[in-house]
Amino acid sequence: MVIKMLEKIVIYSKIIVAFVLALACIFPFLFDNPYSMRIATISLTFVMITLSLNIVTGYMGQTSFGTAAFWGLGAYTGAILTTRYGVGIEITFVLAAIVAGIFGLLVGMPALKLKGYYLSIVTLGFCEIIRLVELNWVSLTGGPLGIMNIPKLKLFGFKFTDNRSIYFLMLIMVIVTTILVYRLVNSAFGLVLTSIKDDEIATQAMGINIVEYKIKAFVIHAMICGVAGAFYAQYISYIDSTMFTTNQSIEMMVMAIVGGMGSIAGSFIGAIVLSVLPEIMRSLMEYRMLLYGLIMVIMMIVKPEGLFGNVNFVHIKQRLDAKNAIGEAKKI
Amino acid sequence: MLLQQLVSGLTIGSTYALVAIGYSLIFSVLELINFANGSLYMLGGYITLMIYLSMKANFFLALFISLIIAGIIGFSVDIFALRPLRKKKAPRKAYIISTLGVGIIIDNSIQLLFGSETKRFPNILDFGKFEIAGAIVSWTQVIIFVISVVLMALISLVVYKTKIGKAMRSTAQNIDTSRLMGVNVQGVIAFTFFISSVLAAIAATLISMYYQTVDVNMGFQVGMKTFAAAVLGGVGIMPGAMFGGIIIGILESLGASYISSGYRDAIAFAVLILVLLFKPEGIFGKPQIDKL
Repeated sequence: MVIKMLEKIVIYSKIIVAFVLALACIFPFLFDNPYSMRIATISLTFVMITLSLNIVTGYMGQTSFGTAAFWGLGAYTGAILTTRYGVGIEITFVLAAIVAGIFGLLVGMPALKLKGYYLSIVTLGFCEIIRLVELNWVSLTGGPLGIMNIPKLKLFGFKFTDNRSIYFLMLIMVIVTTILVYRLVNSAFGLVLTSIKDDEIATQAMGINIVEYKIKAFVIHAMICGVAGAFYAQYISYIDSTMFTTNQSIEMMVMAIVGGMGSIAGSFIGAIVLSVLPEIMRSLMEYRMLLYGLIMVIMMIVKPEGLFGNVNFVHIKQRLDAKNAIGEAKKI
Repeated sequence: MLLQQLVSGLTIGSTYALVAIGYSLIFSVLELINFANGSLYMLGGYITLMIYLSMKANFFLALFISLIIAGIIGFSVDIFALRPLRKKKAPRKAYIISTLGVGIIIDNSIQLLFGSETKRFPNILDFGKFEIAGAIVSWTQVIIFVISVVLMALISLVVYKTKIGKAMRSTAQNIDTSRLMGVNVQGVIAFTFFISSVLAAIAATLISMYYQTVDVNMGFQVGMKTFAAAVLGGVGIMPGAMFGGIIIGILESLGASYISSGYRDAIAFAVLILVLLFKPEGIFGKPQIDKL
């Protein structure tokens, strides 16, 4: 049953992608109110972050809880640059990526040399350190008050003033990230990542410097989060340190898990469902974290790889091709 | 000033050591980090207070009941969240996420049940203060330190001198061989979870008395710090966990007074990251060689 359905998905994969893309493009014209535009833009931001987290967690099998810290670093970089120097996103995005990337390197170097769980604990600690710096370095970050009145996004002088253009900017960023992640995981680099997930020691025995690959993947993840953060700060125009807590990192991890470890479609579904769901269940707001906890435990027991985890679309396609070839051969 | 900070650091550090032992025990038996330990710590403090307030009776009776409840909850964490994973031979990542999920469930259940505001905790150990070499030491601090040290000695005795301790150590060496030798592995794991939750609950009660408050978020910070302490000393090594806990406590109170009180909670993590850079196996740990 499930296999039949997955085969259908593979056969019509191009049509499905085109359909989703078309839907994303007409969405702002169908629901042209600020509320739904806001939810859509924020869910797309989370899609971008979840995709990048999936490189590290899904494909490489390392559990990182530093997502919110990198996101926050990007957000603060963007906010400080725009409020003080009034620069456009062509500069803020690049610098946010660089700042987050440098911190990713600094955290990754000691932590990724060691076995799995060290990364989890170092990134959890890192998240706390960054949050405390954001809270205490008043002259730079505004301390508990945060940074207010962050200017709107602008690119080479073009200002993104209405919700629709901001939505399309985010959509383009998500598409670029998706292509990047897709190309990355389907390259030789991606193969190494998958083999690190399967067996680190065996990969090492093949003569691959796994630390180097781990650090590279981690830095890429940090940089994408940084760019998403710079966008987020300018989009909502106010940030403070309570937005970038460890809980936020855990929420992002849950998005990646629910959708599926090591699956691009899974990242989309996980991020969108889990950012839209709380809006639908406004009345259950206080139970949200409790539900997240339950989802985490139950998901691990029932299907540790997530909804679309363990679904190897490439394999299904190969099998389908083989089946068709046999069918054709029989006809002859 | 320095002595004063050392005294408060020792007090806090000795309770950290108790929680860190819990991490270490579970790690040595299961090679698993129990991220729910911080939440179990908070739960222990909370339940003690709630039972004490609702019974209006003897504090020690309330503490005793709370320790049993905390132990049972710790034990059920293993049954409901970890045993199914062990059966499926799930990847290590699944354990991390599962225990984190349990932590979130405990934190939020307590928050929903009792509200998120900070609550006042009675200090029944308030016997006044005395002065040594210019530092003011309260009897509360002395008693907390003494209780912690006695408990550490007791746990060491259990682990190194009793039959169940022997079973724990053999399970730590090799879980399958121990099972073949007739060790009740499931029972050992349950006992380890029970002990570590009880230790966390005692530590939480002591520290709540010291600060005279409990709140829902206290577990997260302490959980992280004590884990840092366990790694600092060498994960899975009991003396390492005790030493690490006390070191973290002292560094924290020195850092808070000499560097900045705002960064108090960051010091443990900064130290942890530095130690991992230079000696990943921890201060007391021996380097491990992974085999294929």
